[in-house]
Amino acid sequence: MNNTLLVTLIASGVAYGTPLLFASLGELLAERSGVLNLGVEGMMLVGAVMGFWTEQRVHAGPVVSLIVAVFVAAFSAACMAAIHAFLVITLRASQIVSGLALTIFAGAAGLSSYLGNDLNLADVPASHTFHAVFPSGMQNWPIVGPLVFGQTPLVYASWVCVAAIAYYLTRTRPGLNVRAVGESPAAADAMGISVTRYRYAHTIAGGAFAGVAGATFTLAITPQWVSGITGGAGWIAIALVIFAFWRPELCLVGAYFFGALQALAPELQARNISLGPTELWTNAMPYAATIVVLVLVSWRGARRRLGAPAALGVAYVREEA
Amino acid sequence: MRFTVERRLQQPRWLVVAVPLASVLFGFVVAAVVLLATGHDPVTSYRQLFDAAFVSTGSLDQTLIAATPLAFTGLAAAVAFRMRIFNIGAEGQLYMGSITGAAAGLYLGGRGSASPWVIAAMIVAGCAGGAAWASIAGALRAFFGTSEILTSLMLNYVAGYILTYLIFQSESYWRQTKGFNATVFPTGKPLPSNAVWPAWTLHTQGGIALPLGAGLAAVAAVLLWVLYRRTRFGFEVQVLGDSVGAARYAGVRTRRKILSVMAISGAIAGLGGASQVGDFSHSLDGDPNGLQRQGYGYAGIVVAALARYNPFAVVLVAFLIGGLDNAGNSLQGADFPSGRVGVIQGIILFSTLGGELLVRHRVRIARTPQAPAPEPAS
Repeated sequence: MNNTLLVTLIASGVAYGTPLLFASLGELLAERSGVLNLGVEGMMLVGAVMGFWTEQRVHAGPVVSLIVAVFVAAFSAACMAAIHAFLVITLRASQIVSGLALTIFAGAAGLSSYLGNDLNLADVPASHTFHAVFPSGMQNWPIVGPLVFGQTPLVYASWVCVAAIAYYLTRTRPGLNVRAVGESPAAADAMGISVTRYRYAHTIAGGAFAGVAGATFTLAITPQWVSGITGGAGWIAIALVIFAFWRPELCLVGAYFFGALQALAPELQARNISLGPTELWTNAMPYAATIVVLVLVSWRGARRRLGAPAALGVAYVREEA
Repeated sequence: MRFTVERRLQQPRWLVVAVPLASVLFGFVVAAVVLLATGHDPVTSYRQLFDAAFVSTGSLDQTLIAATPLAFTGLAAAVAFRMRIFNIGAEGQLYMGSITGAAAGLYLGGRGSASPWVIAAMIVAGCAGGAAWASIAGALRAFFGTSEILTSLMLNYVAGYILTYLIFQSESYWRQTKGFNATVFPTGKPLPSNAVWPAWTLHTQGGIALPLGAGLAAVAAVLLWVLYRRTRFGFEVQVLGDSVGAARYAGVRTRRKILSVMAISGAIAGLGGASQVGDFSHSLDGDPNGLQRQGYGYAGIVVAALARYNPFAVVLVAFLIGGLDNAGNSLQGADFPSGRVGVIQGIILFSTLGGELLVRHRVRIARTPQAPAPEPAS
């Protein structure tokens, strides 16, 4: 009925885009405080595997076990972020190399795959997954049905997070302090704001969001554990923060756009539509599109770096600033 | 009592060697704690790893096979990272080099050219393929200021899909279309014998084949060292890496340097791809669970960082990490889950990164904040 390709694409764009949205919101928090964390992919994978494991082991009702699983995912990914925070804030290591190291440590050939093997999670179906919560009557309403009422609670939670982070960064005292720390740590320090404490807090919070993003994969989108299940979503999330000019509400738009691109391959396949080497271009599309949008953004933004925190990627040391 | 950390004006030479070594040791200790915490005996794990990597029969042979691509991708990363160009696309550049290298080998080898020419053509083609792929990210960085980290990484995925497409989703030049096996499972067309790279056999430990690629990687390391230490180009690149402002004032052409560094980096990774085809697989490996599972490009970043971007150290570290990888692969099973080696590598990398602080800074224990002690004049 209302399953036109466009509506389906947008609806699954919302579903596929939700992990991107969570991860990019987390990265946005870290970057706004001046810490670039390239370990998103690794943190997501750790969140994905820990969330899935928890949901397998907690013997409770679906609601309780899923909520516990999401919290465990957030906590374990936050621990990963804490490693990065310690290295770059306290030990002043290069943020770029440390972030890459985090992805290598935790990523598809590292900790997440190790845990997945050690905890015997491969080929196990999820016992509970996130489902749409609204009655099926509402889900069948034209257009808004699949788009709004056919989503999982994680999607609604991500909307709340977008609003909350936007409010936090623009309307609250700590939020404004974070921006000060990211723009001019020396000035923030002179105001009596603890640069170290703010950076730690936001890097770790960013990790927690990445963990939820990972759990979105294993508990909602593809409810199973496969090593490297995120397939580069963490990197797209980092790029999204740049497209979004470091603004949470634009992260939402970008995430759904890229989610829809990811949904293109399975949707076209399901409809037997083929245009040339369909598998090749539909699979490569999200990545190629990321490059194109990045170029557009950096081209126009070459003169005034479109909202990038001025101290992004720079360690702050009081005497040396 | 409090700790103060202050910048060293001079870095003593012995620290530059001692700190990374101590960091690696510290990393192994931390990894042992992690192993203990997950209920594994670290001593047994380490002994198993060491035996499977370097001691048991045929292990050095396998270690060389694992180390050769790592030396290439490690050099590729080291060249670029030294200049603070963060090319993390060695993975995709390696795929591209294997595609172009295989094309040259299949075409010239099929026409019956003499073996040295075919191999030389494969080397050139591999370099060209990798360099071309890297130049996409290089040009975007040089002309639009687009982050090469993200673009080179995205291109890895694109290159992976192209590689799979050539073997699995199309009847391309690289795909074996004749024979019974071709109808059962898609594979690459095997290289003619005059396009297969030679290997020198050492008669120890039951015969160790030293692949041509390993030799090429060593040559590449020497060339890079000469390029960075003995030429004007290398000097300018280093200045640019240390301070963009200083380089600009000195009249260094930034864009050209970025483009050439990316191209050199990609060429080395591409050569690694050609070596994969010529030395080891002897056909284009498009299987998503084959070459693409190895993650040589990403591991190369670990290698380069551990080697502190020194080309000779890269070759040495590649051999050690290759040993770890080989051991991880051959031990993989119920009592040695995959990913354990990645965890150990990651921890070592973290501790080396953290250790850098001690090379560049001096940590003092002071009771009260005091005036800075006199530093040796530089």
